[in-house]
Amino acid sequence: MLAPIVHRGPDGQGAVALGGTALGHVRLSILDVSGGTQPMSNEDGSIWVTFNGEIFNYIELREELIRRGHRFATKSDTEVIVHLYEEEGEDCVRRFNGQWALAIWDARQSKLLVSRDRLGVRPLYYAVVGNELIFASEIKALFTHAGLPRRIDLVGLDQVFTFWSPLAPRTVFEGVSELPPAHHLIVRNGRIETRRYWQIDYRPKAIGIEDAADRLLELLGDAARIRLRSDVPVGAYLSGGLDSAVTAALVARSTNASLRTFSITFDDPAYDESAYQQRMVRHLGTDHDAIRCRGADIGRALPDVIRHTEKPILRTAPAAMYLLAGLVRREGYKVVLTGEGADEMLGGYDIFKEAKVRRFWARRPESARREALLGRLYPYQQAMLGQSLAYRKAFFHVRPGDLSDPLFSHLPRWELTSRLKRFFSEAVRAELAGRDPLGDVRALFPGEGMHPFCQAQHLETATLLPGYILSSQGDRMAMAHSVEGRFPFLDHHIAEFAAELPPRWKMLGLDEKHLLKRIADRLVPEAIVRRSKQPYRAPDAAALFGTAVEPLQLDYVDELLSPQRVRDDGLFDAGAVARLAEKFRARRAIGVKDQMALVGILSTQLLVEQFIHSPRPASVVSSRTETVPSLAPAPACHFPCTSETH
Amino acid sequence: MTPLESIRGFVQDNFLFGEEITFSDDASLLEQGLIDSTGVLELVAFLEEQFGIAVEDEELAPENLDSIDNLMLFIERKTPACTSGAPA
Repeated sequence: MLAPIVHRGPDGQGAVALGGTALGHVRLSILDVSGGTQPMSNEDGSIWVTFNGEIFNYIELREELIRRGHRFATKSDTEVIVHLYEEEGEDCVRRFNGQWALAIWDARQSKLLVSRDRLGVRPLYYAVVGNELIFASEIKALFTHAGLPRRIDLVGLDQVFTFWSPLAPRTVFEGVSELPPAHHLIVRNGRIETRRYWQIDYRPKAIGIEDAADRLLELLGDAARIRLRSDVPVGAYLSGGLDSAVTAALVARSTNASLRTFSITFDDPAYDESAYQQRMVRHLGTDHDAIRCRGADIGRALPDVIRHTEKPILRTAPAAMYLLAGLVRREGYKVVLTGEGADEMLGGYDIFKEAKVRRFWARRPESARREALLGRLYPYQQAMLGQSLAYRKAFFHVRPGDLSDPLFSHLPRWELTSRLKRFFSEAVRAELAGRDPLGDVRALFPGEGMHPFCQAQHLETATLLPGYILSSQGDRMAMAHSVEGRFPFLDHHIAEFAAELPPRWKMLGLDEKHLLKRIADRLVPEAIVRRSKQPYRAPDAAALFGTAVEPLQLDYVDELLSPQRVRDDGLFDAGAVARLAEKFRARRAIGVKDQMALVGILSTQLLVEQFIHSPRPASVVSSRTETVPSLAPAPACHFPCTSETH
Repeated sequence: MTPLESIRGFVQDNFLFGEEITFSDDASLLEQGLIDSTGVLELVAFLEEQFGIAVEDEELAPENLDSIDNLMLFIERKTPACTSGAPA
């Protein structure tokens, strides 16, 4: 099981058989490089752990445990897990400030605890095959088990083409489950139970803006400081946006060493933010490297990208992150801090702004002044700028009943994405007939009674953050090159603090991340703080078909979108896909929906090609990525059991 | 091909990717989920190229463009000679 995920931990491997249980591990050495080998046990061998991730507050926990009489053989965070588990059992994770996917075998109780961090930074998948439980950081490791069939889960696919990602525990593979963030999976007496151990409690409390700003700065400073704990050099990403700028500034403030920063630049000025990146480089005096990303680079990387995402994607943005992580690794870095999570925690996304405007407008639809606010949405989308107000009103319409729906904020996005299902084959549509994917999200993440702004944050944090941002665009792209991402804004103290903030401090009027900007004034140039928000995007169609000036033909694109291949694979309508491809080849396709359809269909076809048709585990297939030494610890385990999930 | 056939053909090929049109000519293209933020621009490019007309900014409105019937009336106003069924 370890071979397919060696990119997550190229620095060492270990495995231990404990009666009917086996734990395995591939290591990316970051803390206590010479010690810290896993799986690791306590002194008498009654507790074993395999662990992917970091416990950032391990120093404080270690000191506390030493005071309580524990003796340590290493300086690793892994050993802290072992001893804290001895003291506090499964509740030990509540003391962790970190990002983890771990398994603890407790021989004293014949109990297996599998746990995933609060917000879903580190991945964890499992399957029950016969009377065995198998789990690993990536699905490709599970597929080494001959008894696990490889089939696409159509409900998972339906969710991808609604929410951009399956909703854990569902994945796009039948029989394979994802342990949701903030959950334990416990196996005892042959029974499996999953349960949530933490959740964000959105309960705004009164606080003045200055007090809130001071507290946020204090929390962010702590979050960045403990995320610099590493025995190898730590770098930072600079996107050109506010979040990564604040992160890098906090890092620079916390260390005397010269900071190494990394960026993506694009040939296409519509995506390129290098002017702002350079502004931050000059401001902080960092040692900077950038990777220039052309559309064709993305197109050529996409097959490798999908082998790592292990799910379809609807935009190509992860591919550029994949290329960036490659640069980081080539420069000898294993750890980077980034600004992920700021938009979710502190109210930065356009979808929050859109929901606020729609709600405000819908309360008095006859108000011309209110409807004019629609014109302030998505200023970076050229096509939207050319839109008349009449059409904007139609796009952002609010139906009776929508205002009281806890899903209000996300309905337009999910409706738009759902339209891609027109491309599903007749057989798939028949199979999914009558299904309501919104029912899935209502059941998993009810948000009744919350402030509307918090409802939107709650949905974004529960769905897109773990399913796409931290996974397809985060862990999987970085780990493909053995690089670990660390995210100060996703420190749980910040998540809990932000959930208690008055919504107006997150978005004052239509000023997104208002509170963060207050403290950013103290850290980064005004030009960065005041610039219009630019979401991270990358070329889609141009990456696959080139441009009129520089056409591109990629053999795999032609093959996987060919009517014969699409018909054989059975998931999409061959005729519709052929027309879509023709529309792109003729350069008539300019819409977001068409681009999402193209990338979604192609990435699904790639997934089928690499995971369903491939006779061997996909990551064993020789490719460019396999030549690059890769990343962090990855638990893998067999455990005999029967399945019962709660 | 009549203007009506031409418009229906464009909607079928460009927005439905070959799927049969199952809605009526007075149905809203927005409500059918066929037009996204850029679909209007694709539609306008088609009208300008196919019918040799220029669509002004103030004409980018659902009452002109949001159903096959509305599109026909709009084309009729812009190009009276086209509506008899003569090829565009």
